Amino acid sequence: MSTKKKSKNPAKTAVKEKRQIAAKLTPIYIMGKRYEVPEGLTIMKAMEYAGYILIRGCGCRGGTCGACGTVYRKPGDYKLQVALACQKTVEPDMYIAQIPFFPANRALYDFAGLTAAPEEVFKLYPEMFRCVACNSCTKACPQGIEVMDAISALKQGNIAGAAQLSFDCIQCGLCTSRCFGELAQYHMFQLARRIYGARIVPRAEHLAEMVKAVNEGKYDRFLDELKRAKEDELKKLYQEREVEPMTAGEDWKPKDTRYL
Amino acid sequence: MSYLGYPDFFEPYIKKVEQTRPARVEKRKKEEEFPFMSLQERQDMLKYHPDYKEEGRREIKVGPSKGYRIAHEFVDLLEAKSRVDPDKVDLSNVDYETDVLVIGGGGAATIAALIAEENGAQVLIATKLRHGDANTMMAEGGIQAAVKREKDSPYYHYLDVMGGGHFKNDPDIVAAFVKQAPDALQWLESLGVMFSKFPDGRLEAMHGGGTCRKRMHYCADLSGMEIMRTVRDEARNRKNIKVLEFSPAVELILNEHGQCAGAVLYNMETEEYLVARAKAVILATGGAGRLHIQGFITTNHYGATADGIVLGYRAGVPLSFLHTVQYHPTGVVFPEQIEGWLITERFRSEGSDVLNVNGEKFVNEREPRDVESARFIKECLDGNGVPTPTGKVGVWLDSPMLDILHGEGRVRTAFVGKWKVYDRLGIDISKAPMLVYPTLHYQNGGLKDNAECETVLPGLYVAGEVTGGLHGENRLMGNSLMDIVVFGRIAGRNAAIFAREKAKGGELTLKHVKSYHKELKEAGIVTDRVAPMLLPDYTTPEVKEKQLTVSYLGTMR
Repeated sequence: MSTKKKSKNPAKTAVKEKRQIAAKLTPIYIMGKRYEVPEGLTIMKAMEYAGYILIRGCGCRGGTCGACGTVYRKPGDYKLQVALACQKTVEPDMYIAQIPFFPANRALYDFAGLTAAPEEVFKLYPEMFRCVACNSCTKACPQGIEVMDAISALKQGNIAGAAQLSFDCIQCGLCTSRCFGELAQYHMFQLARRIYGARIVPRAEHLAEMVKAVNEGKYDRFLDELKRAKEDELKKLYQEREVEPMTAGEDWKPKDTRYL
Repeated sequence: MSYLGYPDFFEPYIKKVEQTRPARVEKRKKEEEFPFMSLQERQDMLKYHPDYKEEGRREIKVGPSKGYRIAHEFVDLLEAKSRVDPDKVDLSNVDYETDVLVIGGGGAATIAALIAEENGAQVLIATKLRHGDANTMMAEGGIQAAVKREKDSPYYHYLDVMGGGHFKNDPDIVAAFVKQAPDALQWLESLGVMFSKFPDGRLEAMHGGGTCRKRMHYCADLSGMEIMRTVRDEARNRKNIKVLEFSPAVELILNEHGQCAGAVLYNMETEEYLVARAKAVILATGGAGRLHIQGFITTNHYGATADGIVLGYRAGVPLSFLHTVQYHPTGVVFPEQIEGWLITERFRSEGSDVLNVNGEKFVNEREPRDVESARFIKECLDGNGVPTPTGKVGVWLDSPMLDILHGEGRVRTAFVGKWKVYDRLGIDISKAPMLVYPTLHYQNGGLKDNAECETVLPGLYVAGEVTGGLHGENRLMGNSLMDIVVFGRIAGRNAAIFAREKAKGGELTLKHVKSYHKELKEAGIVTDRVAPMLLPDYTTPEVKEKQLTVSYLGTMR
């Protein structure tokens, strides 16, 4: 293809530019100590570049585990900023400190014995009513969750609302570190999500039906057949199996129902 | 200076995608699919897969699978010494005593701990990082189970698993898996996992690569995180489950009767080695992406360094299917900050096209992962990849199609995790496509076990990514999350029963470590390497040169 040749040159030039950029160092302050690191690195990679071997404060490196909650300030700015070290790229002269762990109160409960009554949640976490609606939690959330709104929902007994608003929570604890009322929001949300998932959303009836059919041994014979099948037979069955179309709706049904 | 959030460099390439998009959307609407490859074509395509590069592997010279050819990075760890001198460990001084010791803190480990506890065992979880720091937390796509009787059954799930694994999988393990998957899903539902559902409670489901029925269930695009945090929360409520964080196991301990009876733990913060004695042990340490096999980028967690493989192998457990490693077809190539990150297969399941530099389709989006990855690599080798300013190449994943196909806002709501990550970098993936390339994702094989999670070592059970057999030579999407649930539960139950009925106690020993050292010596392996690795090393060479007290490979002093 002609594009192959065309694309080569701009890419090469760009690579060269990139290398020059990569060579450019920027000062950052890790817990107050100055290091020069290449621009464009995430805070986590910058710390490793500086020589840190991370034991705490490093997890999935993909923004979902909450291990690397980080706070920072920039010179001349009173405002405390928050970020995940694996997500945020360094900025010149930022002062960085990680908060890999923050003590937080977590209630103990027997989940099987809980209902969806809001009073039970209130009883487990009475401190939620200490919330003064200052919104510091929301400002501290690296996930952009409306933390305070979710707490308000919970206070009003709206477990579903709290569960849905907090769904992206990675439990890094930054909200808790900033809370005036000393709430551990993320533990409360965890409880709300579990109650919502198990007690408020309707159970999948088709799932229970399938479990029953499996337990009755309905598929044992089919599976035994497959286990005994030679590789060639299996390949044939595999290739001939009917494939549900990508765009099929929930009501799609296969023609061959022998193995259902 | 930018086009849809990407540097100007990409403008002409993105425009090509936009030009071909309307016609491609029409085809999707008419259900016109790009043809699937035949089994023969798939086989031929695999020569482009990294697993098939002979120079990427070598024979291992010691241990129960001596002569097996696997990636150099694995062999390096297996042809390495223990971190401790076995004679120096005082096994008479026991620091922790428990019924069941669970090594690892991810999905399989936590689920195993829950079920062991329900079966009456005192459980100790020893994990390297925090409880829940694991690949499970990062799994996005979903979890497979055949649960709609009118169109699906374990029969079809079985066929799909086998087809994905090139028909090499262990049939007993697969049968147990597909049969117990529905019950496992129901168990998660009862724990309060927020599955994406229709208003009447029916589970939403979709295709994954290599599935013949839509049986991939999900919790938006944070399925693994939702499952992990739920089971972890449950474990925290159980008074007979104790957790030791930042305390990886570095050796298994046996008893005088040849049963597995504990482990040497290492407190990474105080640098102490501690003895944990148990009546049964469950090894669930996960995968190995951080070994960066063949230099590939990875989607894996920081702790994915194959520790369990090393521990089990030294204690005599053979390897199974470790010659294959899964490269997820769609890892981010650009922007550089998120290089290697997983883009869930669900983007393709929902109808995003994969495109070359000309904005043309060249593969069906739902081939099994190894075939799909091999095809991407071939397209780029053929010169049809999209170049980047960082010197890498990739192919487009046309996410904006989803808003057109399923209604405005689909990307934003169904893929909220990914949307946010890109949004932070100034790219709206409901408007601009994503640039992807295969990335090291999953350890298809591992320690050999059976459908009861038993190994050749009595008292040692294994579950999850550290095992081999279920997925054969290639895992399908959605089967790893189900793997950890089904086999985590089985391992937990069986370990608790073993602890109660079969454990013999007696004196503890590390004799197996000594004989392994002897075998290394006899095989002429002279090395400073120690294993398990515990943490990957991202220190720059310049800094490393000055770290004079770091006396061996690996990161711990």
